[in-house]
Amino acid sequence: MPFIPNSDADRESMLAIVGKPDIASLFADIPAAKRFPALKLPLGISEMEVLDEIEAMSTRNTGARDASWFLGAGAYNHFIPSVVPAIASRGEFLTAYTPYQPEVSQGTLQVIFEYQSMAAALLGVAVVNASHYDVATALAEAILMACKLDEGRRKVLLPKDLNPEYEAVVRTYLSSFDVVIEKYTGAPEKAIVDTSTSCLVAGYPTFSGEIYGLSAAAKAVHDAGALLVVQTDPLLCAILESPGAQGADIVVAEGQCLGNSMNFGGPYLGMMGATEKLMRKMPGRIVGEAHDHEGRKGYVLTLTAREQHIRREKAVSNICSNQGLSMLQTCVYLSALGASGLKTVARLCWDKAHYAASLIEKIPGYSVKPSTFFKEFLVSTPLPAELIFEKLGKKHIVPGLPLSRCFPDRPGELLICITEMNGKAQIDDLVDSLKEAAK
Amino acid sequence: MSIDTKARYAESHEYAKIEGDLVVVGISDHAQAELGDIVFVELPRLGKELAKGQTFGTVESVKAASDLYMPLSGRVEAVNAALQGDPALVNKEPFLGGWMLKVKPVDLGELDALMDAKAYAASVGEA
Repeated sequence: MPFIPNSDADRESMLAIVGKPDIASLFADIPAAKRFPALKLPLGISEMEVLDEIEAMSTRNTGARDASWFLGAGAYNHFIPSVVPAIASRGEFLTAYTPYQPEVSQGTLQVIFEYQSMAAALLGVAVVNASHYDVATALAEAILMACKLDEGRRKVLLPKDLNPEYEAVVRTYLSSFDVVIEKYTGAPEKAIVDTSTSCLVAGYPTFSGEIYGLSAAAKAVHDAGALLVVQTDPLLCAILESPGAQGADIVVAEGQCLGNSMNFGGPYLGMMGATEKLMRKMPGRIVGEAHDHEGRKGYVLTLTAREQHIRREKAVSNICSNQGLSMLQTCVYLSALGASGLKTVARLCWDKAHYAASLIEKIPGYSVKPSTFFKEFLVSTPLPAELIFEKLGKKHIVPGLPLSRCFPDRPGELLICITEMNGKAQIDDLVDSLKEAAK
Repeated sequence: MSIDTKARYAESHEYAKIEGDLVVVGISDHAQAELGDIVFVELPRLGKELAKGQTFGTVESVKAASDLYMPLSGRVEAVNAALQGDPALVNKEPFLGGWMLKVKPVDLGELDALMDAKAYAASVGEA
């Protein structure tokens, strides 16, 4: 018996109400010939055969472990200590969700609280929420938050040098709002901010890897009564002054690099934080620490009056959950490494990237574009980057992202990313191969 | 429940009371009692021009956040800064220390459309 709770009598009475003789007559609108088309599926096969087929398909992928991996552009290949999956896969944490009756799940709330606290210290902000899907949606929500703060200001300034996927998500989110997007080139303090500007968005670093200081932009933006929204790499914040400390009002970051696998592009972790002044305008869930009537520590969802179940259409956002599992992985990762461990990872990335860049810069025909960068940098190539990608691919080297995949009119640029996972021999091999490819 | 007999009241429970050239705006004792413990009051910037019926801010209690509506049109001349540190003033003394705005009115005649204390008391079932 199929588990369908309606009895025959239930069906009869429902059909009588809608005035139909039988269930089949409900499908009368679908042409008879289309109702049961012959699917021409092959006969069923055994589980063993299915696994063979799927595995054969999956081996056609090239993962970061199968090659020398220098590809980043939003998905970063960092080391994940075994303690991260070991704790994150414990049965007690087996939910990807903010619980519906949150206060009974004290462990989950404690993890969120600890994540928020560590993330706030890292990004240099007063408050961090429980997370968004990824940095692209966090950025879109941050811009919406700025726009809703002052409905009279309708201009959003985006950097030209922004990950095109993030820009696409921002445009989708803003498409039904009365907002004008304008783009600026170069350093954020050069953007023209006026009284119609809602927010200025800056990358720290930008898509091509350039790190611009933010203080001058923060001052210009605040003088005009607008907000500074910064999209950052949280690992960079471990060794350079955080965006919050430089005056950013809202900071968003991709948390994938902190203990999460590249996961074929998702799920990721959208980190978002803001100044205390803006905390009641921030979207997303926020966990707070409280005490019960006996003085015992406990965790609660706090500032919920911002959210859509209370504020309805006036809520800043309709986000009502968080990226629980990715957030948990990041929480464990940050706890396991600690501040000094995180600095060491960031420093390794910085040093290795600068070692690689100094060698690439010496190859005739190649030049490194950003003047100040962290782990990723755009390189001008003497031949189409796509051709380099193809040539090096034969040697199991994924040299980076040919920029033409995002911008067809920029064939001679390659975005190279170096992390702590790339050893010296691997980097030297990349440099030799780039040299050889140009011959 | 207390009602300030010198004030006039909107259906959305804001009061307006003439004080010299200005009109003081806040929410009624009945409204604060219905909202419960108030934890945050968001008020507009000085100089903002608002029309009668427009939202001028929000009041947040532990369980809800409600919009505040202008009982008359005017320019914001003062906001009660004390509410930032002590929003519970709205609970304790809505007509005194819990005031929210002082407004330079566009047309005092707009007050005539509001309820007087007696009508307001009747409307909230306290007559």
